[in-house]
Amino acid sequence: MSETLRTTADPVVDGAPRPSVDVPGRASAPGTGGLDAARVSWSVDGRLILDGVDCTAPPGAVSGLLGPNGSGKSTLLRVLAGVRAPSSDVSPGPTTGPAAVRFAGDDLLTMPRRRRARVLALVEQDATTDLPLAVLDAVLLGRIPHRSLLAGDSAADRAVALAALAQVGMSGFADREVATLSGGERQRVHMARALAQEPALILLDEPTNHLDIAAQLDAMRVLRELADEGVTVLAALHDLNLAAQTCDHVVVLSAGRVVAAGAVRDVLVPDVLDPVYGVRCEVLTHPRTGRPVLTFAPGNPHPGR
Amino acid sequence: MSVLEHAPDPGPRPGAPSPLPRRAGPDGSVPTAARARRGAAWWVPTGVVALVATVLVTVTIGPADLAVGDVWRSIATHLGLGGLLGSEPLGPLQDGMVWQLRLPRVLTAAAVGAGLAVCGVVMQSLTRNPLADPYLLGLSSGASLGAVLVLVAGLTVLLPVAAFGGAVLALVAALGLAGALGTLTPTRTVLAGLAVSQLAAAATSFVIFWSATGDSYREILSWLMGSVAGATWTSVAVAGVATLVVGTLLASTGSVLDAFTFGDTAASALGVDVARVRWALLVGVALLTGALVSQSGSIGFVGLILPHAVRLLTGARHRLLLPLSALFGATFLVWADTLARTVFAPRELPVGIVTAAIGAPVFALLLWRGRRLS
Repeated sequence: MSETLRTTADPVVDGAPRPSVDVPGRASAPGTGGLDAARVSWSVDGRLILDGVDCTAPPGAVSGLLGPNGSGKSTLLRVLAGVRAPSSDVSPGPTTGPAAVRFAGDDLLTMPRRRRARVLALVEQDATTDLPLAVLDAVLLGRIPHRSLLAGDSAADRAVALAALAQVGMSGFADREVATLSGGERQRVHMARALAQEPALILLDEPTNHLDIAAQLDAMRVLRELADEGVTVLAALHDLNLAAQTCDHVVVLSAGRVVAAGAVRDVLVPDVLDPVYGVRCEVLTHPRTGRPVLTFAPGNPHPGR
Repeated sequence: MSVLEHAPDPGPRPGAPSPLPRRAGPDGSVPTAARARRGAAWWVPTGVVALVATVLVTVTIGPADLAVGDVWRSIATHLGLGGLLGSEPLGPLQDGMVWQLRLPRVLTAAAVGAGLAVCGVVMQSLTRNPLADPYLLGLSSGASLGAVLVLVAGLTVLLPVAAFGGAVLALVAALGLAGALGTLTPTRTVLAGLAVSQLAAAATSFVIFWSATGDSYREILSWLMGSVAGATWTSVAVAGVATLVVGTLLASTGSVLDAFTFGDTAASALGVDVARVRWALLVGVALLTGALVSQSGSIGFVGLILPHAVRLLTGARHRLLLPLSALFGATFLVWADTLARTVFAPRELPVGIVTAAIGAPVFALLLWRGRRLS
């Protein structure tokens, strides 16, 4: 599917049956590849941050993970990435049973760490270091899961790292210190580090945070290219219009639960967004791309979640 | 293994849509990392040569009137290489001075310096704290408490055992406390170490205040400042074997430590079992440090500042940083100890005073030259 076709075509790319917005997490059929997580819960000090989340990300598509601050987006990404283990306490409801996180049929929760790190990459928000580290060295960290712990960087590792830098448009920066980069440049280095892992699934936590608009679009372009290569992309996003413009599939979290999931056109609607964000939104259609464009007005300050 | 052998990249791919405006270097200079890594292949051989030369030169330096050739002849004789440097053996007094006093002291200093520097690198990386040093988990305070107890009791023979025991107890207490708090995060590690360290320091001060008299004061102070003055071949064996075995294991964890560069989450996402690695490496560092402290007391500065100094030269990748820190740490401590025993000869200084007095200005200079990085 070419770039021009995609922007005008119906955003449903996975051919999934159109989910009704009030059935949490029912999306593309499981087992078709892509990411498929079910009943994911996580709590800290008895407080439930994720409450039985069901979430899918179709292969070869850009999926957006949306929701207000504190809705559990970052936590969900960490659990999906295997950084945190899901906890078993789910509030009573129809969805009971152990958590499952599957990707392309493999169980990510029981997969050995190093193997998992060759399948999926996580791009965190605002990861920094005070150490004097060159950009290329930072990207080469992504090769760690691919080589013996005693081995150094091979020529192949460097080739992959340089290609990753090229993909995010940072080729000329290989020898710069990470500490001297701007926020947008640093974010792209982190994306390049994730790409150097050669993942089939990439999870990103607010990849456009603190970026100017050109850098935001550029980051989304990289995600689109990855999806076109067949990578499954799931990105937590704050900017609903950016999601509307670029995502194929969106999942909306609120207070640790999925309130809606599916194609952009179906999910980014006032019925879903108004109560979740406590705003009144209006959905327009972009005259050229046909994509939804959202406008917002202050709404009910105490949204019923 | 220069990473710079690829040609400078011409820029973004021709077809890349809307690349952002590119930044030139702030002052058009070659980035520091690039400058540093250009000579990367030469650092380790240089370090080895520097260390070997240091040992060969410093054993000939000392207050006693020994010719350079005599010193080497004594060593060669003991190594069974007498024929190489002329076959006349040295007189027993002079020979003893070289073989029983000076050489063990130099070698102990080298082993301690190498071990402390490696431990410092590992501690700073594991805790992501630039102020971390090998004694972070309260090890020096625990060792001091053990040492001071036996010094006050007049049981000097037991000093190494007591110091090591104190260090291990401090380790157990600190890790126990940190573990009881939950996941072993960098902050919890640092704070638990601080608590144990303060408690042991208070106990040490109490013991000194309450019962130390006359000569034991100087003995205690000398031990607390760190010294290799009493080094014997046993010290060489303990410090050397500990540094070779544990230090080599630690130095082989470069990739794992690299993975911690951007924090625990990033390390975990790169396939590292963060909790297990942190426990294992902390215990390894603590055991090595405990063994070193038992022979030399707690010598400050080497494990704290040397890793930073080497990082300014080589960048933050551990594969080069760890072995080079070991080599430079050894070289540095041997020279510091040589100064400690010669500058005010026949009086000696605790080497800890010298490491701080040399190291601090040198480090300030390095910081100044690499100031864009800090």
